[in-house]
Amino acid sequence: MSKIKNAFNHGKAAVTFLTCGDPTLDVTAEAIRAAAANGADLIELGIPFSDPTAEGPVIQEASLRALKNGVTTDRVFDFVRELRADVTIPMVFVTYANVVYSYGAERFLSACHDIGIDGLILPDLPYEEKDEFLPLCHQYDVDLISTITLTSAGRIPMIAKEAEGFLYVLANGGGTRTVEETYEALSRTMQTIRETTSLPCAIDYDFGAVRHAGRLAGCADGVIVADELVKLLAEQGSSAVGAIGDYVHTLKEEITSEKPYVKIRCLAD
Amino acid sequence: MTNEKGRFGIHGGQYVPEILMNAVNELEQAYDHYKNDPDFQRELETLFNEYANRPSLLYYAEKMTADLGGAKIYLKREDLNHTGAHKINNVLGQALLAKKMGKTRLIAETGAGQHGVASATAAALMGMECVVYMGEEDTIRQALNVYRMRLLGATVIPVTSGTATLKDAVSEAMREWTNRIEDTHYCLGSVMGPHPFPTIVRDFQAVISKEIKQQILAKEGRLPDAVLACVGGGSNAIGAFYHFIEDEGVRLIGCEAAGRGIDTFETAATVNTGKIGIFHGMKSYFCQDEYGQIAPVYSISAGLDYPGVGPEHAHLYDIGRAEYVPVTDDEAVNAFEYLARTEGIIPAIESAHAVAHAMKLAPTMGKDQIIVVNLSGRGDKDCAAIARYRGEDIHE
Repeated sequence: MSKIKNAFNHGKAAVTFLTCGDPTLDVTAEAIRAAAANGADLIELGIPFSDPTAEGPVIQEASLRALKNGVTTDRVFDFVRELRADVTIPMVFVTYANVVYSYGAERFLSACHDIGIDGLILPDLPYEEKDEFLPLCHQYDVDLISTITLTSAGRIPMIAKEAEGFLYVLANGGGTRTVEETYEALSRTMQTIRETTSLPCAIDYDFGAVRHAGRLAGCADGVIVADELVKLLAEQGSSAVGAIGDYVHTLKEEITSEKPYVKIRCLAD
Repeated sequence: MTNEKGRFGIHGGQYVPEILMNAVNELEQAYDHYKNDPDFQRELETLFNEYANRPSLLYYAEKMTADLGGAKIYLKREDLNHTGAHKINNVLGQALLAKKMGKTRLIAETGAGQHGVASATAAALMGMECVVYMGEEDTIRQALNVYRMRLLGATVIPVTSGTATLKDAVSEAMREWTNRIEDTHYCLGSVMGPHPFPTIVRDFQAVISKEIKQQILAKEGRLPDAVLACVGGGSNAIGAFYHFIEDEGVRLIGCEAAGRGIDTFETAATVNTGKIGIFHGMKSYFCQDEYGQIAPVYSISAGLDYPGVGPEHAHLYDIGRAEYVPVTDDEAVNAFEYLARTEGIIPAIESAHAVAHAMKLAPTMGKDQIIVVNLSGRGDKDCAAIARYRGEDIHE
């Protein structure tokens, strides 16, 4: 098994996403170190794809900036190899099926193993298609992370049963909901997941202010910050590193402190 | 455990985010039900015949045949359909299906605007809301079609992400679908995307080859030697090929947009220059770089300006059942002008790619042989652009 479960051994996990090479690989490295030093438990590293169909504008633009800067899969591998000299927390790649497929799935996954990547998130690889890469993921000890959404309904037991590493619970999209409706739907979803697996669950939700993250974390084992650090980089470029550290620090404090009212809201807790 | 449904050989599949899986499954179940429902089929046939002007003519292009001095050339006149292209076949089918599913809203992507116009038309007819995503670049190239869509009551949203063309419009429509699944059907315009779209769109377009077969047997008492169609995503081509796939004696030839040539980067000839990949929900051939980044493609024809091809075409190519030939901008423009002068028919610049290949192929064949060219659309929309291509200062 991979090291991913270690990410959930220090209270609620802070999972943070960064696009490799936005604005440069050097800045990405500094941002990762700042996040790790301030309590990030798991880093999601985006390998940029030209057409990230599952992402909103923030990550789309970050991907295009990174590609424009000449980032390639090979450069990302070299980058992570160097990073692993001092960054020891679990790291997973987030990219699209074509990036893995075109590189040669075996070549890609054996490289992941060699450089110390613990998992792989492919937003365009649903349960039905996971056999495309799953045998090779197992061969090279890379967890293939499964996603559950608020529209997954009857699919949850099937997905949760075979999930590995952690479950990526996406609470955005799938229809317009008020915050309260989202919490209700999330509680039901979490309850269904818990009937099948005790695997750690991290929630990706556009929670706005950091202070709302605690309430979300109460529902699960961790929260995923998808857009916020990318936004800081888009706004401040290389000088965003300090702000990234501060953000992660506040986030980790927020999600680890007690939130009694959460118990009432989250039936699954 | 691998789910084999929706595969054409190794191609196809359902490579979409989890958030869309219930939506594509719901669509598949609904389609499996209605495709065998006699009432649904009757309603669709009535729409085809009474509204869309089907069956479309199979026209013997006698002057063109005499001029080229080889095989007999027939033109399948999809350009005479309501809204001026084959796109209406698919859209009427999907809109009817969406309505049966209780959806009240259609979203669609469009390149040249033909599918957008067809979608807006069907939505108006069936009292549905319609939103069309169109690359900003294309809204400029095809301003008249933007106006037509708005006139029909649709909202047109210019897409500025990526290269601001058809592939980005597809991506944006998919994103929008993930945000609003309950009341919305994504009316995909070609035989691409995740299963069940390539099958649904093919089935609705297959009326083209069904009619060709009946018409050519009535006129000639035999099957054609070759069927030609232009290929972007490939919906008119699969429609023209489908009922001939089992007839091994009929050559099936897809004509790809080579743009400025397949030895340049300014091309959209996917089968000729691409490699196998996974994108927009399917495994198929895609124009891409060595790291799998999707290439910015180019063609004079906005409707063929797409970096992928439908999975069934990819499979027909793999097994050698269909051929895919590149046709350049120059050749297509020549064919556009040639057909206008020779037969008094102005073809869509997309369809002109198939006409161009017929002009090369016919003289190499005997006078006792027959070619059918699928004239997928009419060319009124392209006149200003072709005039500009020839250096004339003309604006719509």
